[in-house]
Amino acid sequence: MTYLAKPKLLRADAPRNAVGYTRRDYEGAISTLCAGCGHDSISAAVVQACFDLDVEPHRVAKLSGIGCSSKTPDYFLGASHGFNTTHGRMPSVLTGAALANRDLIYLGVSGDGDSASIGIAQFAHAMRRGVNMTYICENNGVYGLTKGQFSATADKGSKSKRGVVNNDTPIDLVALALQLGASYVARSFSGDKEQLIPLIKGALRHRGPAFIDVISPCVTFNNHAGSTKSYDYVREHNDAVNRIDFILPRDKIETSYPPGSLRRIVQHDGSILHLRKLETEYDPTDRIGAMNYLQERHALGEIVTGLIFVSEDADDLHRHLNTVEKPLNLLGDAYLCPGSQVLQSINDALR
Amino acid sequence: MNPTKIGGHEYFHKVVDCQWACPAHTPVPEYIRLIAAGRYSDAYMINWRSNVFPGILGRVCDRPCEPACRRGRVDSEPVAICRLKRVAADLKEDIRDRLPRPAMSNGKRIACVGAGPASLTVARDLSVLGYQVTVFDNGAAPGGMMRSQIPKFRLPDEVIDEECAYIVGLGVETRYNQWVGSLRDLLAEGWDAVFVGTGAPRGRDAPIPGRQEAAKHIHIGIDWLANVAFGHTTTISRRVIVLGGGNTAMDCCRSARRLGGEDVKVIVRSGFEEMKASPWEKEEAIHEGIPILNMRVPKEFRHDNGKLTGVLFEIVRAEYDAKGRRSLIPTGEPDEFHECDEVLVAIGQENAFPWIEKDIGLEFDKWDMPVLNEKTLQSTLPKVFFGGDAALGPKNIITAAAQGHEAAISIDLFCRGKKLDDRLPPEFNLVSQKMGIHEWSYDNQVSEEERKKVPVKSLEKTLKDIKLELEMGFDPFMACAEAERCLNCDVQTVFSGKLCIECDACVDICPTECITFTGNGEEDDLRTRLKVPAKNRDQALYVSDALKTSRVMVKDENVCLHCGMCAERCPTGAWDMQKFFLQCAEAGAEAKRT
Repeated sequence: MTYLAKPKLLRADAPRNAVGYTRRDYEGAISTLCAGCGHDSISAAVVQACFDLDVEPHRVAKLSGIGCSSKTPDYFLGASHGFNTTHGRMPSVLTGAALANRDLIYLGVSGDGDSASIGIAQFAHAMRRGVNMTYICENNGVYGLTKGQFSATADKGSKSKRGVVNNDTPIDLVALALQLGASYVARSFSGDKEQLIPLIKGALRHRGPAFIDVISPCVTFNNHAGSTKSYDYVREHNDAVNRIDFILPRDKIETSYPPGSLRRIVQHDGSILHLRKLETEYDPTDRIGAMNYLQERHALGEIVTGLIFVSEDADDLHRHLNTVEKPLNLLGDAYLCPGSQVLQSINDALR
Repeated sequence: MNPTKIGGHEYFHKVVDCQWACPAHTPVPEYIRLIAAGRYSDAYMINWRSNVFPGILGRVCDRPCEPACRRGRVDSEPVAICRLKRVAADLKEDIRDRLPRPAMSNGKRIACVGAGPASLTVARDLSVLGYQVTVFDNGAAPGGMMRSQIPKFRLPDEVIDEECAYIVGLGVETRYNQWVGSLRDLLAEGWDAVFVGTGAPRGRDAPIPGRQEAAKHIHIGIDWLANVAFGHTTTISRRVIVLGGGNTAMDCCRSARRLGGEDVKVIVRSGFEEMKASPWEKEEAIHEGIPILNMRVPKEFRHDNGKLTGVLFEIVRAEYDAKGRRSLIPTGEPDEFHECDEVLVAIGQENAFPWIEKDIGLEFDKWDMPVLNEKTLQSTLPKVFFGGDAALGPKNIITAAAQGHEAAISIDLFCRGKKLDDRLPPEFNLVSQKMGIHEWSYDNQVSEEERKKVPVKSLEKTLKDIKLELEMGFDPFMACAEAERCLNCDVQTVFSGKLCIECDACVDICPTECITFTGNGEEDDLRTRLKVPAKNRDQALYVSDALKTSRVMVKDENVCLHCGMCAERCPTGAWDMQKFFLQCAEAGAEAKRT
């Protein structure tokens, strides 16, 4: 926890992106989380991803629920739209916002308590409806704000800081997201920004429900020897299936890889995901294969990370509902309320 | 890269840019914090030990520390270090009871020739060790060029009197109004060692046509300044041209303005930017209504039967060869004539040792400078040492003081029959500043205030009275605000890899993005792979041992604000803020320590 605000002094050679902003311009208020919290790293990764993508901060809407993780949108993108919803209700509020204004980039931030317990229904329905959003779950396996009780994602057999063993079966949100139809599913680790940042970039530019489960150690309550979500445990059991390079349509592609080691996926907006395979047999476009692989590895005690699934022909809720292209606030009164004559003709048609 | 060696004093000393740049290595951030705390006398004493003349230097130092100041790399202007030093001198209490007492005589007698800053520093350092130091000067009071060449409106006599008196009060014998005419005769008096601090007393002349004929109206800058300082010259003609672009030229033109010169201009060979004068002195001259014309080489003094009418200048441009050497090429434009009644020539100073015989074993090089060991300042005549402008050519007061310290160490070792190379490294320590979870024993909140301007008296008043000090100095409130701008670069970010869990908290919080965790590599490669590429090669990279993930922590020291946020955010205490305090060894230190 830091009480001081970050000084505004800026180095003269601070890099600026295509829209003229420095990384500092994508920051928010000073974090009040514990020192060393994985969530702060995820915030920094969001800052970096938005900087790299030349996102204009006012084109982003960040929504969250309740919890340590859901506090974090205050700590990044200070110039964006924000909505701190009730506990677990971020996906529902976000769905409403997305329907009203499809022009914004929707970033939902939640945690394991918010998403896997009180908000699991909201999570499930946002995924299955195909809301065009980036859903980041900052997953530390404990309820940090209430002093470290196990959450629904804590692994069976893992120990709390006090030594209590967890006997409940964990919910794997990645497996759920796959099953529920998310079209971009990834898992990463707050301590590995090289992996996390491109995954966030890919998700922000993905059309459809993109879910990233980020294991984020709770330094205060869940970073001890018996934990399966500590920095050390995750580093030792990390099974990365691929490394991705996110490439904007305007970027020149200069990398070269041995044949068969690279998978190139073009998203609907022309952005490209270069998947450098680490597991040669792994096919990230095979939903069923991904689900099987995830279960197998989980049984071995490994944590699968990387881009686990991506659909090349992703779709979203707006397409399903055939909604109007324009945000509702730009439609104008005449269009929204065409008058009693039109109403009359509709009513007549229904008689 | 190999892990950075932080065990010795070298690495962290260099991080304290101001202290590193100061020839006397004054612990700048330490005294600035004391000023912020209102402990002016303590701040003064820290200065007094390192640079001997805080009140004088707080007014007229060349301030090599300020261009080096880290603040200048993250803000528009550096901390006003020099003027804060003056605050310590102005606002201190009576510090006389804090001065060292003269030690019991050790029977050794040292002669210092000249009573300028170098000699007085030697006198101070040695008299407290029991040496009987005698200072010779042809003037009537101590101070040397500080008294004779620096105008009183920049440096009043009272300040010189006070700080010289502290030194003389240590039991230094003074022989004023005594010109040392022969080193041979002096050596014959049986001194155990002789220190030569006679400065660079000869002003360079401009031997161009008309110089002889109009001699009555053409003056050598430093001689003219001395005449002004001692009240022999009290007026000047209405139209004055000052030739030269150094600080002496600035002193000349500003003095001329105060003695009745209404149309005073400075005309210089080089470009405005390349002028030797400090930027702030140029600013002040311009502020006083003195135009500075550059790229003009004086060609001829025009006169009417010996009465100067003006100076003819050739207009040039600068060209640089592959090695960066400058040559001034005439542009071919017609020569320019500037009317004037008097000229002050301030185009450089030279050393002169007419009183040192060439056959006594003291060698001179081809530029007529004494052959010295640059570290010990010993001449080829083992008993004779040099310092200040007399040693390695004209520099500035703070360099003279630094050389005085070194010469004093040499003289002490020499008189005790020790090897002159047996010099002690500086004393230093490194102490954690942690007081609690978010508490440090220094104010780590970085001030975002702009540099404070020193209040000055009105031009109307000050141009009328050459003795009226222009600057009034900071009041305690301004001083505190300015002191708060200091980034506390001496409070070091010390990293302990064994404790690091690589959570990235420090990387994410660092306001200037100095910290990166990455795979190790050669320096050239590593510099390009940092979160912000480290382009300032004068600033070091701090590299840790390999961490658990086999990566290393790399910190670019360049723009670190020393705000301690990395340490506040570190969950394991792998970062700590530790105050590095360094003072150069004094004469006699090694005798005291062993």
